Amino acid sequence: MGYDLKLRVWRGDENGGGLVDFTVPVEEGEVVLDAIHRLQATQAHDLAVRWNCKAGKCGSCSAEINGRPRLMCMTRLSLFDPAEPVTVTPLRTFPVIRDLVTDVSFNYEKAKTVPPFTPPEGLALGEYRMAQVDVERSQEFRKCIECFLCQNVCHVIRDHEENKQHFAGPRFFIRYAELDMHPLDTLDRKRQLRDEHGLGLCNITKCCTEVCPEGIKITDNAIIPMKERVVDTRYDPLTRFIRRFRSPEQPRRPAPERQGQTAADS
Amino acid sequence: MTTQSRVPSIPAPAAPRTGRRAPVRGRTLRTDRWWAQPAVTVAVLTSFVVYSTWAAFVDRDYFWEPYLSPFYSPCLATRCGLVPGSQGAPHVGIFGSWWIISPAIIILIVPLGFRLTCYYYRKAYYRSFWLSPPACAVAEPHRRYTGETRFPLILQNVHRYFFYLGFLLNIVLSYDAVIAFRDHQGRWGHAGLGTLVLVLNALLLWAYTLSCHSCRGIVGGRLNHFSRHPVRYRLWTWVSRWNRYHGQIAWVSLVWVALADLYVRLVAAGWITDVRFF
Repeated sequence: MGYDLKLRVWRGDENGGGLVDFTVPVEEGEVVLDAIHRLQATQAHDLAVRWNCKAGKCGSCSAEINGRPRLMCMTRLSLFDPAEPVTVTPLRTFPVIRDLVTDVSFNYEKAKTVPPFTPPEGLALGEYRMAQVDVERSQEFRKCIECFLCQNVCHVIRDHEENKQHFAGPRFFIRYAELDMHPLDTLDRKRQLRDEHGLGLCNITKCCTEVCPEGIKITDNAIIPMKERVVDTRYDPLTRFIRRFRSPEQPRRPAPERQGQTAADS
Repeated sequence: MTTQSRVPSIPAPAAPRTGRRAPVRGRTLRTDRWWAQPAVTVAVLTSFVVYSTWAAFVDRDYFWEPYLSPFYSPCLATRCGLVPGSQGAPHVGIFGSWWIISPAIIILIVPLGFRLTCYYYRKAYYRSFWLSPPACAVAEPHRRYTGETRFPLILQNVHRYFFYLGFLLNIVLSYDAVIAFRDHQGRWGHAGLGTLVLVLNALLLWAYTLSCHSCRGIVGGRLNHFSRHPVRYRLWTWVSRWNRYHGQIAWVSLVWVALADLYVRLVAAGWITDVRFF
């Protein structure tokens, strides 16, 4: 059964803006993105909203709904009390372009600084051979749809803009974990992860895991294991001592310094 | 055909965009009771800290043959057995007679350090006591944030050492649970409610210790080729299964260890009589 939804949408751009109230007719079974589209089609034709697949797989329609980071296309209206307004605002952590659209290029810049998969020398495409059991852990992280809800909710940069320079964020911590756990990768990125991408800034409060629409256990399966691996190489003299007498599973080369980096940077 | 794998060059990060965030007012727009979870955490942890501090310093009523309070086990000072409610308590006099305050202080460093540096408890107290953040998408009140990169929080990285010590402590507490299958005169083959309490305590502490994230890393998490280490892989999958419930186990074991101490204390002080099963 349909009803009139009280919708409160943030409208504006980087110069200012505010919450604007609308009443939008909605039907049973609809999601927040349906209401936003109806609003755009009938009342606010110039409302800026980014969307694509409407199936929770493209990661485009990230927003904050009643203050919680969510995908608009995966948030059923039945979650909310029909008598109460539903508030939709843009992601807080990134610069706003207009209305519900934010500039998420911070994430693309960070992505460029993560050393890519580096297979052993002499191994060509098509020659990779791995046991399923060895790649299962990494495969969980491949489910990421890059909605950047985890980046948005992470208080390290959400509440402290100054940390953006030194913090890659949960999305890239799972990228590091995916590569570090990969049986064929040959780079050791742990120094970089700690020194340049701020793994130590994470205080494992698990908000990234709570908001992930793909259900990736970001903290338990990526961040904490990577923290433990950093402890292995950096803070645990006993493990380092024992490892001196045992050959590692597969020796890894240190990841390259980034361009323009000097010794003083690290 | 093979190719030469080259180490990729990494670009320097571009200058951050200078655009402004949407000026949304308010610390949060959340309409649910986001404050409830940190409030409950503060209430439970504070209650535990107050009770355990009192129990650790009171230095009496911690042994009633065959039950020894988990707060005082193993007893490492010769003082054990000399105070009221502790006569006959088994002890190892490593600390000698010069140790004149409660011997619980010595051993409680291990579980305190283990829980304080535990990944789950870190989440719980960072959120509830330090409000960093109090809940997801609720702004924290601090102007600066350095996470676990500096002293003292960088010391959280010693968690695995407390795991090793906690493992050893669990062996002692399991021994305490086994010798609780005796009666008050020391004859084997008997059990009371205290036996059940101590056995459950030992089991919960094992569950907490073995589901720990550091344990998960040590048994197999650091491997990249599980297929070459089938035993460690099996152990890792087992720990991983329990690790999902580490938070719940942390709470239950915390409350139960306090209850176990309380039960032994009440029996040793003569407030209640131990219920004997057989």
